[in-house]
Amino acid sequence: MAPARVVLRGWGWRYAGRRAWACRGVDLDIAPGERVLLIGASGAGKSTMLRGVAGLLDPETAAEHEGAVLIDGEPATSVRGRLGMVQQDPEASLVMSRAGDDVAFGLENAAVPPDAIWPRVDEAMRRVGFGYGRDRATSALSGGEQQRLALAGALVREPAVLALDEPTANLDPPGRADVLAAIDRSLTAEDTTVLIVEHRVDDVMDLVDRVVVLEPGGGVAADGTPARVFAEHGRSLADAGVWVPAPWGPAPPAHLPGPGGAPLAAARGVSLTYPRTSEPALRPTELTAHRGEAVAVTGRNGSGKSTLAMLMAGLLAPDTGSVRLLDDPDRSLHAWRARDLCRRVGTVFQDPEHQFLARTVRDELLIGPRRARLDRTYAAERADELLSRLRLDRLAEANPFTLSGGEKRRLSVAAVLATAPDLLVLDEPTFGQDARTWAELLDLCVSLRADGAALVTVTHDETFAGALADRHVVADGGTVRARADRHPETTTWTRT
Amino acid sequence: MDQDMTLLQTRISIDAGAPLARRNPVAKLAAAFVPAVMLLVTVDVVTAGVVLAAAVASVPAWGIGWRALFRRAWPLSVAVVTVAAGNAVFTGTKSGTALIDVGALLVTTDSVGVGLAAGLRVAGIALPGVLAVLTIDPVDLADSLARQLRVPARFAYGSLAALRLAPVMAAEWEILGRARRARGFGGDRNPVTAVRVFGGRVFALLVGAVRRGTRLAVAMDARGFDAVHTRTSARQARFGRADAALLAGSALLTAAAVVLAVAAGTWNPILS
Repeated sequence: MAPARVVLRGWGWRYAGRRAWACRGVDLDIAPGERVLLIGASGAGKSTMLRGVAGLLDPETAAEHEGAVLIDGEPATSVRGRLGMVQQDPEASLVMSRAGDDVAFGLENAAVPPDAIWPRVDEAMRRVGFGYGRDRATSALSGGEQQRLALAGALVREPAVLALDEPTANLDPPGRADVLAAIDRSLTAEDTTVLIVEHRVDDVMDLVDRVVVLEPGGGVAADGTPARVFAEHGRSLADAGVWVPAPWGPAPPAHLPGPGGAPLAAARGVSLTYPRTSEPALRPTELTAHRGEAVAVTGRNGSGKSTLAMLMAGLLAPDTGSVRLLDDPDRSLHAWRARDLCRRVGTVFQDPEHQFLARTVRDELLIGPRRARLDRTYAAERADELLSRLRLDRLAEANPFTLSGGEKRRLSVAAVLATAPDLLVLDEPTFGQDARTWAELLDLCVSLRADGAALVTVTHDETFAGALADRHVVADGGTVRARADRHPETTTWTRT
Repeated sequence: MDQDMTLLQTRISIDAGAPLARRNPVAKLAAAFVPAVMLLVTVDVVTAGVVLAAAVASVPAWGIGWRALFRRAWPLSVAVVTVAAGNAVFTGTKSGTALIDVGALLVTTDSVGVGLAAGLRVAGIALPGVLAVLTIDPVDLADSLARQLRVPARFAYGSLAALRLAPVMAAEWEILGRARRARGFGGDRNPVTAVRVFGGRVFALLVGAVRRGTRLAVAMDARGFDAVHTRTSARQARFGRADAALLAGSALLTAAAVVLAVAAGTWNPILS
């Protein structure tokens, strides 16, 4: 099938129940077969625009809308069969329990005769380099494999326009590389026009031939080849929190060594096998956290690194071994009462919303100290200090669930810091954050470490680990070992 | 062949090519349903015994190993024994020879008979259903609901997609519990606090479920799911002769069980 021309004319969209336009005044003309990267500060309406182009925004559900999205001159909503989309979360993209059935789903909906379905399914699975047969259970796939399958499910319909909404955001670095390679290999200019939203711009630089910058509520702010857009607007984009790739963006920060100090917490021989699984998630492991030191735990999804973090934080009970604070070693952390635990150990979860307990931002900061029975005046002072330090003071009375992504992240960290714990465990703290929040998180971790806290961070973000960690450990198949190079400051870091 | 996910979201090794495992899901469910309805209206040893004996005899044809079946269905045997013992002890039928007579506890040969009938009845109702459900692949069920029972595709495949999210939500529930412990909550002796924390955890789970469900709906629509009035199916959801035979066999067996019970004089419908 031939690729289509995509034209947006004065397009705008306001969701029902929202006061602000998600997207407004967008004028854009995309030639058939072009590969366009959409970037912009968070809240610029990139995902909304992708949904509009994919014909998935029903005008009847909008509070207001204006302008038009035209695919080869037709409204996008009327040519849905020619449009495809792949979203960020692979768990929320797959429908069927068997791989082949899932790819076939889109053809069944298009009422393709059963005989014609399977050859096309096999072809699509081959194009994305899916390594298993049709009968492979979708639940047994890694995130990267699921996302390649989702790509096959979109490609099998031979879309004239394909919208990719952060297709690699939820994946670990090898999974990301796999999916990007599959996109590169399977999408040709003769087949498909491609629009992609991607946070990690440098990952997709080789995939796109044009960059469009959206401005919150202001339409297209810049448009051109990647080199031109980043050369002309790199600085203002970086200031707005967009990840600007090398050589136009700021160089990744060099490693700042922590002061180091006495050992604070030690895991001794901890291991864990989850119920109803045969393989241990973590084999017997040793890890010591020192004051004034940051340890980075890296490894693939499912390698056991998050299990190690949860054990270190006293949130899971190990099958063998124990995790103890060396100045209070009577009981393993998992046996501590929650209200005692939060006084000494703070855990920042990947998804900030998982941690929210209160109706206002300020209450969120007061809950922990109240549970830990800290002095009220002290707690209130500390809350105010944290609110201003993390630029949340303006939002003190807002509901945590209504904040933006970056604000939620800052709040989830502040809430943990409210009880002044001296061991901090962070699970993918930089996940999905823009460049500005990322830099703030790094600064904050550096200053906590300087104050004598021990940091253990699980992360896929090698730039973050490179800038922060004094020590690196790698988890692989449930086994944790120190990384061979112990001097990250001599390593060249690239964000992949 | 290994089947990976069944309706019960369990991983269980099943020979999907076994004669009964291969049957149409609607036929399986119906075949399990017929004797269950009959056993709901009668409590007697013969009807229940015949149905149960047939179900047990059919186990190899479902492609499930005895050990795998027991691993999944042992709570059922606990229920059966509990029901049987409870009925034997608490029944008003105390005729016959006394077997146990200790204070208020009197168990006679006839009360054991009542208990036996009640236990067999529960087992006879449950086992065919367990066998059917354990061997049904959710995709096949959705296909066959849409094809044979004319259930709207939106419902059949929408439910199927939602079913896929169940394990994801179970994992999320665990994470929410850990996140609460990290904030100082959990293990509370104060019931008011415990209830509030639990409520918050449920709310957070629901918020996540709605978000994920919305994304899933968008993903399905992006593949043309909402646009369809007619859709094809890549898989054959046939209701063939063997499926009809399974259903007919189940009906015949149930009828035979009733005839035998009447002939044996044990027929005991509860609605008479």
